[in-house]
Amino acid sequence: MASITIRGVKKNYAKTQVVHGVDLDFASGEFVVILGPSGCGKSTLLRMIAGLEEISDGTIAIDGTVVNKLEPRERGCAMVFQNYALYPHMSVAQNIGYSLKVAGVPAAERAERVQAVARVLELEHLLDRKPMALSGGQRQRVAMGRAMIREPKVFLFDEPLSNLDAKLRVQMRSEIRKLHRRLNATSVFVTHDQVEAMTLADRLVVMNGGRVEQVGTPAEVYSRPASRFVATFVGAPAMNMLEGTVTLDGLSLLGDSRKLNVSRTGLAVGAKVAVGIRPEAVRMVAPGTPGALEASVDLIEELGAGRVIYVDLDGAPFSIVTSETVHPEPGSTVGLQFAEADLHFFSSETGGRLDVFKATVPEPAL
Amino acid sequence: MVERTPILNFFTHLILFAGFVFCVAPFVIVAIAASHNLKDVNDVPMSLLPGSDFWVNIKTAWTTADLGPKLFNSFIMAFGVAAGKVIVSALTAFSIVYFRYPGRMLIFWLIFVTLMLPLEVRIVPTYAVVANVLDPYQAIMDLTGLSWLIQKISGVQVQLSLGLLNSYSGLILPLVATATGTFLYRQFFLTVPDELTEAARMDGAGALRFFVDILLPLSRNNMAALGTIMFLWAWNQYLWPLLITTDQSHAMAVTELKQLIPNVGGAPEWHIAMAGTLIVMVPPMIVVVLMQRWFVRGLIATEK
Ligand SMILES: Nc1ncnc2c1ncn2[C@@H]1O[C@H](COP(=O)(O)OP(=O)(O)OP(=O)(O)O)[C@@H](O)[C@H]1O
Ligand SMILES: [Mg+2]
Repeated sequence: MASITIRGVKKNYAKTQVVHGVDLDFASGEFVVILGPSGCGKSTLLRMIAGLEEISDGTIAIDGTVVNKLEPRERGCAMVFQNYALYPHMSVAQNIGYSLKVAGVPAAERAERVQAVARVLELEHLLDRKPMALSGGQRQRVAMGRAMIREPKVFLFDEPLSNLDAKLRVQMRSEIRKLHRRLNATSVFVTHDQVEAMTLADRLVVMNGGRVEQVGTPAEVYSRPASRFVATFVGAPAMNMLEGTVTLDGLSLLGDSRKLNVSRTGLAVGAKVAVGIRPEAVRMVAPGTPGALEASVDLIEELGAGRVIYVDLDGAPFSIVTSETVHPEPGSTVGLQFAEADLHFFSSETGGRLDVFKATVPEPAL
Repeated sequence: MVERTPILNFFTHLILFAGFVFCVAPFVIVAIAASHNLKDVNDVPMSLLPGSDFWVNIKTAWTTADLGPKLFNSFIMAFGVAAGKVIVSALTAFSIVYFRYPGRMLIFWLIFVTLMLPLEVRIVPTYAVVANVLDPYQAIMDLTGLSWLIQKISGVQVQLSLGLLNSYSGLILPLVATATGTFLYRQFFLTVPDELTEAARMDGAGALRFFVDILLPLSRNNMAALGTIMFLWAWNQYLWPLLITTDQSHAMAVTELKQLIPNVGGAPEWHIAMAGTLIVMVPPMIVVVLMQRWFVRGLIATEK
């Protein structure tokens, strides 16, 4: 168990900077997920913690000890790689036990500990096989075993589930969670899959373009996204975004073509904002209902439990998730309504969240 | 591409068979010649039916050229060269692929350049070095005036000398350096996923540990291929052994075959010469047959 402290960490490759000053604190025993789009520097950050990548600037401390200059083996981290990186010429038992062999643990003790780990991961009957003769899920478990056996202070995962099929991914996800509950070691898990991130994380770190956009519990990140990027990146289908301008009596949206009545508190008239609304928070009403926005239906996607309705709001795409059994025809017109509390406001310039419309504003009657 | 048509199958087999005959025919003729007696082997045309003197000829060839110790020498040399090449080129490739140090590219290109300098081209300087390994150092000391200084101070005339003529080391060492082997390993090492290297680092393995525990076992097919090819190559060396072994006790089988070739004016004993050739061919054949199992295994199970 160990805390991780990251201060002003940057990474340069030759002239290009890919991580621009990251500050993070991971508490002991926490399961942290780093989420971000491809190329945002998640792996780079993780590999700097592991010691596989040099830290260009700033410090990383594990348990209060700055580890910048330490070799990977001296940092007490274990890592699970995306492609498992099992040694192809070694049996499962040898793969799992290799780090102990390097550390000079006697063969008898080694075998015992391999057995113990294999029991936890249900790999006992596979110990003599070569990685070639294993399924993806089994290889994944061997990779986990190889990390576990060292009883590391910190577990690092770099998209370990992305090579598995959907069903196995869900299963391994819960196994990783169970394992974490059991071992309680600080874990940092990198992924670009938001469902994985939401379900696994104690705390979520959302990264974009080499910067941390938001840190918080999955619920916090979902319900109060700190920036426009986080708002649209987390949640599926993505949050709807409408450009607007603050007016005297509310907002004018989409180049003045639509009006939205909201209680305007604290925003200057004329300020440019982006209004976000989750597809789940939109209600469909009959066209012509006072205060509702009218849109034409483009496409309906059946999800089984509900459906996603894609509509066109004067050229702006907009989606609605509903579990009601409404079935508007494509091409027909519908009214859209939402509670003011469900609106998120972001600055059009900086993309940052504007917290002027508090959830405490009395809801207008729908 | 796998085609399953009988006609195509027939033709591919026909081509295969033609190739086989083309390759094997010379050996068959050698073997037949080796079984004739002096009269039959000099018939024109020579009878293609095997004669009955095969074992007699083999025995004569063996004793005339004293092949026992020669084969032993050849084996030591070929094995030494092959093993040396397999080890040295693995180490050089490891250094070039896995380490970043100043002058790495320079070294890489220097090795590359040696491809254009086979032994035959540099045989005189190589001979000079083997005749006295310390000669270059002597030259440096003479040039810098160091030997003069030492002589002035201590009165000792510096005369470094370590000759390797007529020794196994002299036979083997100049042939051990190999650019081809280094490139073979380099290409293979470049295909080893980086994640494997990183996993080994996370597991606490240092560079040498990684080399021995991970890289070498993964390259064993490479090693088998390189070892076999280099064994054959070294076994067939002619010029170099001829040059540096003046002493019969270090003579090689291949160079000693000439003793069996009839001299002008001597009896045309081609059957003995052919028998000797057959004997000298056997050890490399054994090596190929033994190593072939490794190749095939490598082809069936490409572990990656
Ligand atoms: N060796 C390198 N040299 C130069 N640029 C690099 C190097 N390695 C990575 N990068 C760049 O650094 C950025 C971050 O890479 P990183 O691997 O951390 O992305 P990631 O967030 O893990 O993406 P993914 O989800 O695709 O794995 C990328 O834009 C990549 O092009
Ligand atoms: Mg990555």
